[in-house]
Amino acid sequence: MPTYRDQAIVLHTNKLGEADRIITMLTRNHGKVRAVAKGIRKSTSRFGARLEPLNLVDVQLHQGRNLDTVTGVETVAAFSAQASQDYSIWTAGLAMAETTDRIISADHEPANAQFLLFYGGLKALVEEAHSPGLILDSFLIRSMSIAGWAASFDRCAKCDATGPHRWFSVTSGGALCSECKIPGSVTPAPETISLLGALLAGDWASADLSLDKYRKEASGIVAAHLQWHLEREVRSLKHVERRKDETVG
Amino acid sequence: MYEGILQDLIDELGKLPGVGPKMAQRIAVHILQSDPETPKKLAELLLILQDRVNFCEMCGTVSEEAQCRICRDPRRDVSQICVVEESKDVIAIERSREFNGRYHVLGGSINPSQDIGPGQLRIKELITRLQDGAVQEVIIATDPDMEGEATSTYLARHLGPLGVTVSRIATGLQMGGDLEYADEVTIGRALSGRRIISQGGIS
Ligand SMILES: [Zn+2]
Ligand SMILES: [Zn+2]
Repeated sequence: MPTYRDQAIVLHTNKLGEADRIITMLTRNHGKVRAVAKGIRKSTSRFGARLEPLNLVDVQLHQGRNLDTVTGVETVAAFSAQASQDYSIWTAGLAMAETTDRIISADHEPANAQFLLFYGGLKALVEEAHSPGLILDSFLIRSMSIAGWAASFDRCAKCDATGPHRWFSVTSGGALCSECKIPGSVTPAPETISLLGALLAGDWASADLSLDKYRKEASGIVAAHLQWHLEREVRSLKHVERRKDETVG
Repeated sequence: MYEGILQDLIDELGKLPGVGPKMAQRIAVHILQSDPETPKKLAELLLILQDRVNFCEMCGTVSEEAQCRICRDPRRDVSQICVVEESKDVIAIERSREFNGRYHVLGGSINPSQDIGPGQLRIKELITRLQDGAVQEVIIATDPDMEGEATSTYLARHLGPLGVTVSRIATGLQMGGDLEYADEVTIGRALSGRRIISQGGIS
């Protein structure tokens, strides 16, 4: 049976039997992989804390019929330990991991763009490049865009008319002009729509300056958009702690 | 596949944590072939377990009385509370004989992907226990994994402003193990949690 090596970010782990765990990870070149780490729950295990969620590892895997087996692992970046020292960063990181797991449904299908986005997002979180909530929302918007569910924030999602437009509908795929608006469309603040556009484009200079109330409205729209496409809620999303500077005071 | 009662028992046993279908079958067949006293005793205990065994109203650990043996013991130090995830952790720490304070069982750790937030744990009850000012130090002994660490981070931030000292049990290298086999996170934690064993400078 072949052995292969790749870089991977651990998405989540599940207990298996007495002392093992199934590690679900997103690899750089082999897509989502589920592999057994034997004996990892014993305190003498050589895996130690390397395979905790959010960690970037260099992993050696033995291909199996159903599940692969982890035969070797080295830490590249211990994001897990760093993130768990700050509750806002940790909850944002776990929401990224759960979203990635849900968006990439099939195993072993290359998902390099999502891998790079996830890596960049985690790095930005632990380096505190921006507010954790903004990094998370930018990650979610771009993940949906990679998945082919990009929302339109500027042009009308139906007729492509140049915006800005007042109406927004998750089910229609974004902003709507006055001609195309449908019942149930919401009318977010123009600042919220432009923040969403900035988060998609990576325009951090303007995103960093946005006010709390627009950030809050934007994250609500992003969560609704995500849930609409995944058809099930991302459970960890509602546990994300938005820092004080991000919520309406 | 067996039939009837035996298979029903195998199915029920298979729902228990850590029991796979093969193990369930072994247990069921073992009980079937054992001396009649064994299943009788087992059945009696199963029937009274939930009625008679409860959780201590103070610390939340498993107890047959309203308050557990440790909370009732006047010799225990009331100025220290050790916070753990589960009742089994109380037993583990008691075995070490290193701690003479009282406990507080959270009922798990914060785990967003399992939909467990701080509100589902016994954190409010812990804060209530700190109100009378008797407790000076809260020692956080949640598991040394990611969820346990994050739970500890969360607790430190919410308990600190109440004026108590919050400490975290040292985590790090496995006693009896080789340093070279330890992973980077473990070594890093062991270094940051180091203690001075001889102070330098002018004596
Ligand atoms: Zn239109
Ligand atoms: Zn008690």
